[in-house]
Amino acid sequence: MALPQAKLDATEARLSSVTRPDGAAWSNAARDAALARVRAAGLPHRRDEYWKFTNPDTLVQADAPEAALFDSGETPLYDTIDRLKIVFVDGVFDAEASDDLSLEGVAIERLSDAASVDIHWAKDLYGVLEERGQSPVARPLAALNTALATDGVVIHVTGKVSKPINLVYHHKSTASDAILHHVIKLDPGAELTVLENGPAAARFNKVMEVEVADGAAFHHVRAQGRDHERRAATHIFARLGEESVFKTFTLTANGVLTRNECIVELTGDNAAAHIAGACVGDGDFHHDDTVFVTHDAVNCESRQVFKKVLRNGARGVFQGKILVKPGAQKTDGYQISQSLLLDGDSEFDAKPELEIYADDVACSHGSTSGAIDEEGLFYLRARGVPRDIATNLLTLAFLAEAVEEIENDVLRDEIVGRLEGWLERRRD
Amino acid sequence: MLEIKNLHVDLEDEDKTILKGVDLTVEDGKVHAIMGPNGSGKSTLSYVLAGRDGYEVTEGSAKLDGVDILEMDPEERAAAGLFLAFQYPVEIPGVGNMTFLRTAVNAQRKAKGLEEMSATDFLKLVREKAATLKMDNDMLKRPVNVGFSGGEKKRNEILQMAILEPKMCILDETDSGLDVDAMKLVADGVNALRNEGRGFLVITHYQRLLDHIKPDVVHIMSNGRIVKTGGPELALEVEKNGYEDIKAEVA
Repeated sequence: MALPQAKLDATEARLSSVTRPDGAAWSNAARDAALARVRAAGLPHRRDEYWKFTNPDTLVQADAPEAALFDSGETPLYDTIDRLKIVFVDGVFDAEASDDLSLEGVAIERLSDAASVDIHWAKDLYGVLEERGQSPVARPLAALNTALATDGVVIHVTGKVSKPINLVYHHKSTASDAILHHVIKLDPGAELTVLENGPAAARFNKVMEVEVADGAAFHHVRAQGRDHERRAATHIFARLGEESVFKTFTLTANGVLTRNECIVELTGDNAAAHIAGACVGDGDFHHDDTVFVTHDAVNCESRQVFKKVLRNGARGVFQGKILVKPGAQKTDGYQISQSLLLDGDSEFDAKPELEIYADDVACSHGSTSGAIDEEGLFYLRARGVPRDIATNLLTLAFLAEAVEEIENDVLRDEIVGRLEGWLERRRD
Repeated sequence: MLEIKNLHVDLEDEDKTILKGVDLTVEDGKVHAIMGPNGSGKSTLSYVLAGRDGYEVTEGSAKLDGVDILEMDPEERAAAGLFLAFQYPVEIPGVGNMTFLRTAVNAQRKAKGLEEMSATDFLKLVREKAATLKMDNDMLKRPVNVGFSGGEKKRNEILQMAILEPKMCILDETDSGLDVDAMKLVADGVNALRNEGRGFLVITHYQRLLDHIKPDVVHIMSNGRIVKTGGPELALEVEKNGYEDIKAEVA
């Protein structure tokens, strides 16, 4: 279907100011193909069905709107955990601030290095999983990322990695417009945990492509920085092999605009994908979780668990889909999206979708919006717990189902600590 | 000491008067029972005293140790020493029972200007009180009242009472939904808390709870008022003849 002329013009205008980075032949080809995908789909527009609840204008426009820097004064997240730190400042790798990249069971390279090598394994993944994720719904911002990203990491995991890799994103320039593209390949039986934290930039476009081979396990915990004015459009594309595990959790506190897309394909039997998120927003906050899980194998399990706490006019969006392809029997799909609206000014829009072409599956979904439970609040207060503390306790309880998707106790406690801090600061 | 004088209460959302002048004084160390037919205003009285939303006090007062509690927030009333054992304890998914108990204890300590209780002391206290109520670790770890049987919920109420050590305990139909064994367990828990400084107001529909928690004074409530007051024998009279005789007698 031909694109409307206005959309075509806008896309061409936006692309006229970009330069495709130059690397090895394969990466040039991948980037050119990605540019062609952007042209074919057109950049997102607020009249697009997929952007019905989130206005993409500031994510698409040529110049990133400025975002003030924010110093939380807090101890960095994950600080007590033994981890390998890879630091990016406004989207640029910072070797000085990063740890030595050698670690047993894993090979880590900068994208700019890997993309300049004539023969590299990343050829089979870079932009490949992203392209697979463009159907049935186009994700032009991800294709734009593939076309333009110069930095990021490519990680090849060959064994069970002893400690997490922590991607740290600092935001130091008010006008930064960062694009990062990571590629992670887990060999059969390999295991890796990736942690992410930080606001990254005034505007951040990030893609992470993850290939989880048979019997491999990938765990991911992310906390998007608290800078109030930052914007982000992120995509995770994952392909899962037989008996593999993919678990991702995202915490978002503040940020004027965030769109997190997660596109997961279960292609091997008995695989499991858990996608979870907790977000807390106050005031000028718009947070969109868009998830697409495709079951294309037998006896796979998927869970989508998203909880949003909104106040003072904050807005939350959830678009989640489970697609069960023909033959994907014994699929166990679960999806829940819930919002806790702490006042009458906030809004939650949810679009849960199931599309099932197999007859022996169990899929459930639910979506709710509600205020704090007055009965529970009174019960706690009748026991002497002040209203504000009781409200926080009930709010944390509301978020618990999502947070509990984080398997590792230490990581979970870190995230709960951040949530408690956020609630604590809003008590008065 | 709890002193209720001429208490009139309307439902906020409906034009309906529930309490029409309740006078009642519960002295320290005494157990008062309120009995009465359905709809007489017993539970409303307990909620109004605890500070639940939805009621409007149009006249009268309620004082705990000389201090008017009706203007206080529910948490302030609790810190002042008032405790309501709920007829229907609320389930709170996602909040562990221990977290709940500890938050409550420390909030009340803070309100009294005391330091938080150490984790060790708190654990010791809870274990000791839970054991007497035959509550196991699992019940302490589970989310508040979630998946608890009726009896377990009521035992959890008494556990909270034992840990918070209030001055004035109001028990709202604590016997409802309990079998004989559970009722005995709960009553034993209450009796263990009886002392000179603590008053009890036991609201019940039936006399059977009062076999186990022996009251000093029994009041009969009907149509928003205390219509008759007497000793323990009054409860037996109700059990035998029902409320109709008393209602007829005072009419």
